[in-house]
Amino acid sequence: MAVCIAVIAKENYPLYIRSTPTENELKFHYMVHTSLDVVDEKISAMGKALVDQRELYLGLLYPTEDYKVYGYVTNSKVKFVMVVDSSNTALRDNEIRSMFRKLHNSYTDVMCNPFYNPGDRIHPGGPYFLCPYPVQVGPTSCVRSSPGGPYSCVRSSPAGPLITW
Amino acid sequence: MSPTQWDLPVELCCRPMAFVTLTGLDVVYNAVHRAVWDAFCANRRADRVPISFKVLPGDHEYPKCRPKRTSYEWYIPKGILKTGWMNKHLNLVPALVVVFYELDWDEPQWKEKQSECATRVEIVRQSLQGRNTKVAVVLIQKKTPLPPGEDVIASERAAALCNACELSGKSLFVLPHTDHLVGYIIRLENAFYEHAQTYYYTEIRRVKSHKEFLNKTTHQLLFVRHQFKIAFFSELKQDTQNALKNYRTAYNLVHELRAHETNILEIKTMAGFINYKICRLCFQHNTPLDAIAQFRKHIDLCKKKIGSAELSFEHAAWMSKQFQAFGDLFDEAIKLGLTAIQTQNPGFYYQQAAYYAQERKQLAKSLCNHEASIMYPNPDPLETQTGVLDFYGQRSWRQGILSFDLSDPEKEKVGVLAIQLKERNVAHSEIIITLLSNAVAQFKKYKCPRMKSHLMVQMGEEYYYAKDYTKALKLLDYVMCDYRSEGWWTLLTSILTTALKCSYLMAQLKDYITYSLELLGRASTLKDDQKSRIEKNLINVLMNESPDPEPDCDIFAVKTAQKLWADRISLAGSNIFTIGVQDFVPFVQCKAKFHAPSFHVDVPVEFDIYLKADCPHPIRFSKLCVSFNNQEYNQFCVIEEASKANEVLENPTQGKMCLVPGKTRKLLFKFVAKTEDVGKKIEITSVDLALGNETGRCVVLNWQGGGGDAASSQEALQAARSFKRRPKLPDNEVHWDSIIIQASTMIISRVPNISVHLRHEPPALTNEMYCLVVTVQSHEKTQIRDVKLTAGLKPGQDANLTQKTHVTLHGTELCDESYPALLTDIPVGDLHPGEQLEKMLYVRCGTVGSRMFLVYVSYLINITAEEKEIVCKCHKDETVTIETVFPFDVAVKFVSTKFEHLERVYADIPFLLMTDLLSASPWALTVVSSELQLAPSMTTVDQLESQVDNVVLQTGESASECFCLRCPSLGNVEGGVATGHYIISWKRTSAMENIPVIRTVITLPHVIVENIPLHVNADLPSFGRVRESLPVKYHLQNKTDFVQDVEISVEPSDAFMFSGLKQVQAISCGVYVDTKLRPRDGELYLWFL
Repeated sequence: MAVCIAVIAKENYPLYIRSTPTENELKFHYMVHTSLDVVDEKISAMGKALVDQRELYLGLLYPTEDYKVYGYVTNSKVKFVMVVDSSNTALRDNEIRSMFRKLHNSYTDVMCNPFYNPGDRIHPGGPYFLCPYPVQVGPTSCVRSSPGGPYSCVRSSPAGPLITW
Repeated sequence: MSPTQWDLPVELCCRPMAFVTLTGLDVVYNAVHRAVWDAFCANRRADRVPISFKVLPGDHEYPKCRPKRTSYEWYIPKGILKTGWMNKHLNLVPALVVVFYELDWDEPQWKEKQSECATRVEIVRQSLQGRNTKVAVVLIQKKTPLPPGEDVIASERAAALCNACELSGKSLFVLPHTDHLVGYIIRLENAFYEHAQTYYYTEIRRVKSHKEFLNKTTHQLLFVRHQFKIAFFSELKQDTQNALKNYRTAYNLVHELRAHETNILEIKTMAGFINYKICRLCFQHNTPLDAIAQFRKHIDLCKKKIGSAELSFEHAAWMSKQFQAFGDLFDEAIKLGLTAIQTQNPGFYYQQAAYYAQERKQLAKSLCNHEASIMYPNPDPLETQTGVLDFYGQRSWRQGILSFDLSDPEKEKVGVLAIQLKERNVAHSEIIITLLSNAVAQFKKYKCPRMKSHLMVQMGEEYYYAKDYTKALKLLDYVMCDYRSEGWWTLLTSILTTALKCSYLMAQLKDYITYSLELLGRASTLKDDQKSRIEKNLINVLMNESPDPEPDCDIFAVKTAQKLWADRISLAGSNIFTIGVQDFVPFVQCKAKFHAPSFHVDVPVEFDIYLKADCPHPIRFSKLCVSFNNQEYNQFCVIEEASKANEVLENPTQGKMCLVPGKTRKLLFKFVAKTEDVGKKIEITSVDLALGNETGRCVVLNWQGGGGDAASSQEALQAARSFKRRPKLPDNEVHWDSIIIQASTMIISRVPNISVHLRHEPPALTNEMYCLVVTVQSHEKTQIRDVKLTAGLKPGQDANLTQKTHVTLHGTELCDESYPALLTDIPVGDLHPGEQLEKMLYVRCGTVGSRMFLVYVSYLINITAEEKEIVCKCHKDETVTIETVFPFDVAVKFVSTKFEHLERVYADIPFLLMTDLLSASPWALTVVSSELQLAPSMTTVDQLESQVDNVVLQTGESASECFCLRCPSLGNVEGGVATGHYIISWKRTSAMENIPVIRTVITLPHVIVENIPLHVNADLPSFGRVRESLPVKYHLQNKTDFVQDVEISVEPSDAFMFSGLKQVQAISCGVYVDTKLRPRDGELYLWFL
């Protein structure tokens, strides 16, 4: 389990940041913020690589005494940062990767939500993020194909036009 | 800073070098000796052998050697490593003692000198008793020695001297004092170095030999000690590989020691020392990864070895030191050429060191908070007899006691108390700040701007704790903008909170206000109760009162601050602070918006200022002024509390100066633009909002341009992206996000209320005086003055057109080259409402093609706008494109008198010139007259009067003329003979009488003239009657200068009969008539048929 998860906008401001325990929130905020130095450097280093060959997972950004900070960057330059307790040896690279993939999926869900405006901060526990059920916002509602699945648009027939959200 | 308990000893950190002492040198009074000593020690570069030299007197007492232990059976060590040991072998016990002695081989008193030298050697040996230290003798000689083997006396005496001094031949050296001193010295020291290495080798062997006597139960400490010593001697021997190997073994042995609260400090101290040595050697061997791995292992092993809970700050201090020392080693290696990377650089170690220093401070704060009445114990338990500890890492009050049980708990208590009280005096913040600033320097180097900012925040906070508020504020202020620009509001709020405390404690008014403004703003993540408190304080400050202290401030600092604030009040008079908001996010937002991107000068310029407050309580502002690029308008756009009912205000209610949180307030301003500003841009350069009043304190928020602060550009972008539907608001309210700043507007001239008509008959004909009738009619309600007309070719077209277009107002005379293409500012007087005037323009276009003509009418009118009389200049323009065409085409041909087409004409023979004028004009043309101007080479046969006078040609009609001409013989002219000009005078049929006639001159083509020798002219009647004779006359003419023979034969046609006298002759015309033609003579022959 990660102790802190952050989603950072392309412009490097936080879209979502949550940590457990919550009492030393500020420390994690700083940790995530400083890790962007490494993210920036890694992104600029791989800038020349072909887009399709680009690895989204950035790996360990930097170790501190007590925590390990991992990074991930989407193709639209949205960054995910995850802080893991150093003592947690159960989390190997593969676990971290899969956690990032899940996070990416959740983020994609948020982006698919028509009531989310890209670039807005995602409020913890707010209507957009990681919520298990379809959310009623205003007169229309988002539909998910299955609980926990991604938001999807409803089509009248598999190939038919997009009729409603 | 003086070295503290936690600093690593100097002898540990230095690079061990073989220690060699030089005796018998008088470096003070003897110049030769001085030179020798200088050659040894001055400018030692890296390529010289690593030896540390020291000059000592010959009778120097070296540390006594302890008697050799024969058995270790009953020996129990009291500690791991004695504090003096490293220093002893670095600086006190030499590997080699060199005896310098002045002695030449041909010394007359050889015997005496030899024995004196032997005595000196003996004295040295005495003081080194029991040690394996080598002794060598160097003879300082005045003469250059002969090559070895040649000087028989020398070898004999050398052998004798060795014998007397009990030296091996290898230990006797000769140093000739000549020009090549340094060269000799280098050779000498290389020899010394070999001796020293042998010495350290034997020392290693000696220590190793102890090992077999040791047993694992009682001599655990000795294992470490011996291993350390072997490694240290290896280092002295410059055998770093073996040194590293032995240090690694020693390191493992240290951790095998039984650890207990009583000896944990000693174990950690030694582990730290050995770790330092290992890391240092790894860096030296250019294996930095090994160094890092060793250090990580070291930290992981020691992290949890806290030891006594009462002294846990010691552990933090030690940890901090470990990181710092490693950072220093790392940094040093980088200076020697190692490359570090962003994620692995000394900065991280300094940072961690700082964290441990902070932890140390925290622990010290909780563990050392003794009452002031508790006195430092006397006698001082931390004092030892010698002033230093015997063994590294032991407690002074129980040195050498290995038992894990505390024999004297009381003594222990006093000792702990002493340490705790001492810790209280440590300047923790200073240590932390130094470490942080070290880290900052590193992160700056390795492209970590955010890490740098974070560390600077920590430095700022540490300065705050250390009560150095000025420095704290400086640092915090410096980094704030980084967090602001990246939109990390949580972090910004935290920094601002600290900054606010600092500014409160220093009673820095402007800073206090600035930070309050931002903490109340939308970028602040503070809770409402906090915001509410800050707003209350801000209002207090503005009312010239003291604010309440910030929470969690030091009580004493608050007391001082309260005094400072009180002083500020008594000084207060007119405290006006202007704060530019573009660099931060204040709690009032402002947007200015002109109603339109442009305004006509006769209507008032209108714009709105939107204000929105984000603070928790309503706030009243005292003044709002808007500044423009033309400062004359500034006076019209001011709202002040004191001012009475202001007509520029939209809804002059009571609460107009009051900003309700979350509500957008709109303030409407109007002013009449100056007529000089027509065509210019009016720009809002700044908006100033004053909070508080001038009797108390006044803060002026200054927005550059049309509003917007540090965060608004991003917000605007976000709002633009958003497709969220905004809930409907009452009519007079607007959504803040939907307001788009429009800070400038154009002033454009008043819309003209006149009509301009052009009447003309296109297309224009080349060179004609083309008439353009301009009708201007005023639809204005009042009289318009100073009506001026500008007309002609529109500027900006092809430059050639300007040359070939001429405009005049007077159609009665033809205009020439001197007339302009554009007539400017023709005054046409005033016009009453509804009045109309007409002006005729004549345009003469010299070339065909289309042209754009501009008619521009300007006038002045007095207008009343917003009860102000202004004179407006209005103008209206019309453009028209006019095509110019040729009025007619002229075709010319030459024909014979029989109307046969002629390619060429014959000299002296009449021919006809036919002109054909085809009208191309869509309008009827009147050919007033035509004229043929003949070239001198041409003569006319009959009159040349025009045959087309006053002919009117409709489109497509043509008028032809025919002239009979003759060309006298001229001989052969290349390219033909000029014919002359055909001049047509014409005008439009519709043109008025007084319009001048246009003369179009057409150059007639050249014609080729050919001379012929014989010209036959037949003179035939135009008709004959049946059965009547028809006289036929043939006129033959010889055109040459010679007599020509001519043969004439007549072949009658079947339709005719011959008659008359000549008939016979004619009949015999089967026979040729031979006649002679004289030159230039004609002969007439007549036949009747």
